[in-house]
Amino acid sequence: MQLRDIAHSRTGDKGNISNVSVIAYRPEDWPVLLEQVTAERVRDHFGSLIEGDVVRYELPQIGALNFVMYEALGGGVTRSLALDPHGKCLSSRLLTLPIDVQR
Amino acid sequence: MKTIRIGTGAGFSGDRIEPAVDLAAKGNLDYLVFECLAERTIALAQQAKMHDPNAGFDPLLERRMRAVLPICREKGVRVISNMGAANPVAAAKHTIKIARELGLSGLRVAAVQGDNVLDVLSPDAFVIDEANCTLGEFKKEVISANAYLGAGGIVDALKAGADVVLTGRAADPAMFLAPQIFEFGWQMDDWTRLGRGTLVGHLLECGGQVTGGYFADPGLKDVPDLANLGFPIAEVDEDGNAVITKLPGTGGFVNAATCKEQLLYEVHDPKRYIQPDVIADFSAVQITEVGPDRVAVSNGDGLPKTGSLKVSIGYIDSCVGEGQISYAGPGAVERGQLALDILLQRIEQIGIACDEVRGELIGVNSIFKDVAASDCAPSEVRVRFVVRTRDLQTAARIGEEVESLYLNGPAGGGGVTKSTREIVAIVSGLLPEDRLATRFEMMEA
Repeated sequence: MQLRDIAHSRTGDKGNISNVSVIAYRPEDWPVLLEQVTAERVRDHFGSLIEGDVVRYELPQIGALNFVMYEALGGGVTRSLALDPHGKCLSSRLLTLPIDVQR
Repeated sequence: MKTIRIGTGAGFSGDRIEPAVDLAAKGNLDYLVFECLAERTIALAQQAKMHDPNAGFDPLLERRMRAVLPICREKGVRVISNMGAANPVAAAKHTIKIARELGLSGLRVAAVQGDNVLDVLSPDAFVIDEANCTLGEFKKEVISANAYLGAGGIVDALKAGADVVLTGRAADPAMFLAPQIFEFGWQMDDWTRLGRGTLVGHLLECGGQVTGGYFADPGLKDVPDLANLGFPIAEVDEDGNAVITKLPGTGGFVNAATCKEQLLYEVHDPKRYIQPDVIADFSAVQITEVGPDRVAVSNGDGLPKTGSLKVSIGYIDSCVGEGQISYAGPGAVERGQLALDILLQRIEQIGIACDEVRGELIGVNSIFKDVAASDCAPSEVRVRFVVRTRDLQTAARIGEEVESLYLNGPAGGGGVTKSTREIVAIVSGLLPEDRLATRFEMMEA
């Protein structure tokens, strides 16, 4: 199972920093997000796409995590040579994170 | 309890106009807010103003104003927008001209100024965060410096009776916060209400992104009638709690999921969403579906403002040359990779001075590099070769080299495109807010 099966996501950009939200479709999957979608796993899953740290924020009342990823946008949106300088596609990468859920 | 209705007329500079007209006509709105300023738009607009003192405002202002002003006048909807860009006064004058042509006699238009701080910044004291140096030490050609203004100037203009308020750089949520401060008489140190009003602004500022735009993922997240996506409305009460909704009969939807995605969009620490007027706290926000396309948003909060304003510095950074060419069918990936190898070799041989080179295959590794490599061979790829140079002439050589692949590269390359551009980039720093003064100029049609 992938994260995509239990959560949705949106990416935002500010300068060279990207933030990616991860939001559980169902409240009962919130503990799964909390336990399995750690900053370390997210950092590993993005590999060389992210050069800086990844920090996780938790919003339990809406079943959401917010990951702030530093040095993630090729030097910044306004000067990056990337095809997707805003990193808009990064949420789609995060949603492929393998998740282990017993149903 | 008093409530007001605020609609979003645009969530970015190129946004669609039809949904804004729809909202103006049928939204029973008190305010229609157009957010039209991206990070570097104002720097580009500043360049335009240098060439022509009457230029430098949003090129779509004309179409937008012609489309909504007569309706807004008839319905009593007041308009707020940052379409003033680098030249709010010229934008206001042009709006007055349009209003006169439309017969909207007596329409009052305010231009809020004060965000242009190019002459205010101290070369020795102003620190550029990204470059870790002072403005004086920054070795680039600076073309603009604009502070993100808070709601104050807009509130003053509303108090003075403006029907249309045009700003330059203002914090996006502040354009939505201002009418709430004005209508409900909130104090500028009522941090909780300012935080909630900012939350409303944050949810509305990207228009369709809270009504089902930027959300659809067929099979998982299906959105009804996305082609007719409606823009959002907030019904706000005097405590700053709100219901987010949209017009019946428009496409898209408003539900808890769309609001949660937008809540965290471009947010870092949800406890500290730093704005000119307040540090908004979104960390305990409650999002509740209360009816079809109706979502209640409550429990926002706020902390005292920092006293500093973010300043965006626009500067000439570099030039970029780019070329693309497609390969398809069996061996497309290998031929594309060969093309990239040849290009690298050639720009080295001819001695092109480049600061950064990026070669990739669209369809293989242009977005996720090699992090998400797949075993499936795509049926077609597009070579993208992009190089940062110091001047446009050199940048043009990149596209020429890609084009030369037609006769001098791998088999079956087609569809070359080439481009050059000058990069106006943005860096930022903080300015104590008492270093600038916000004021407005009122005009009447």
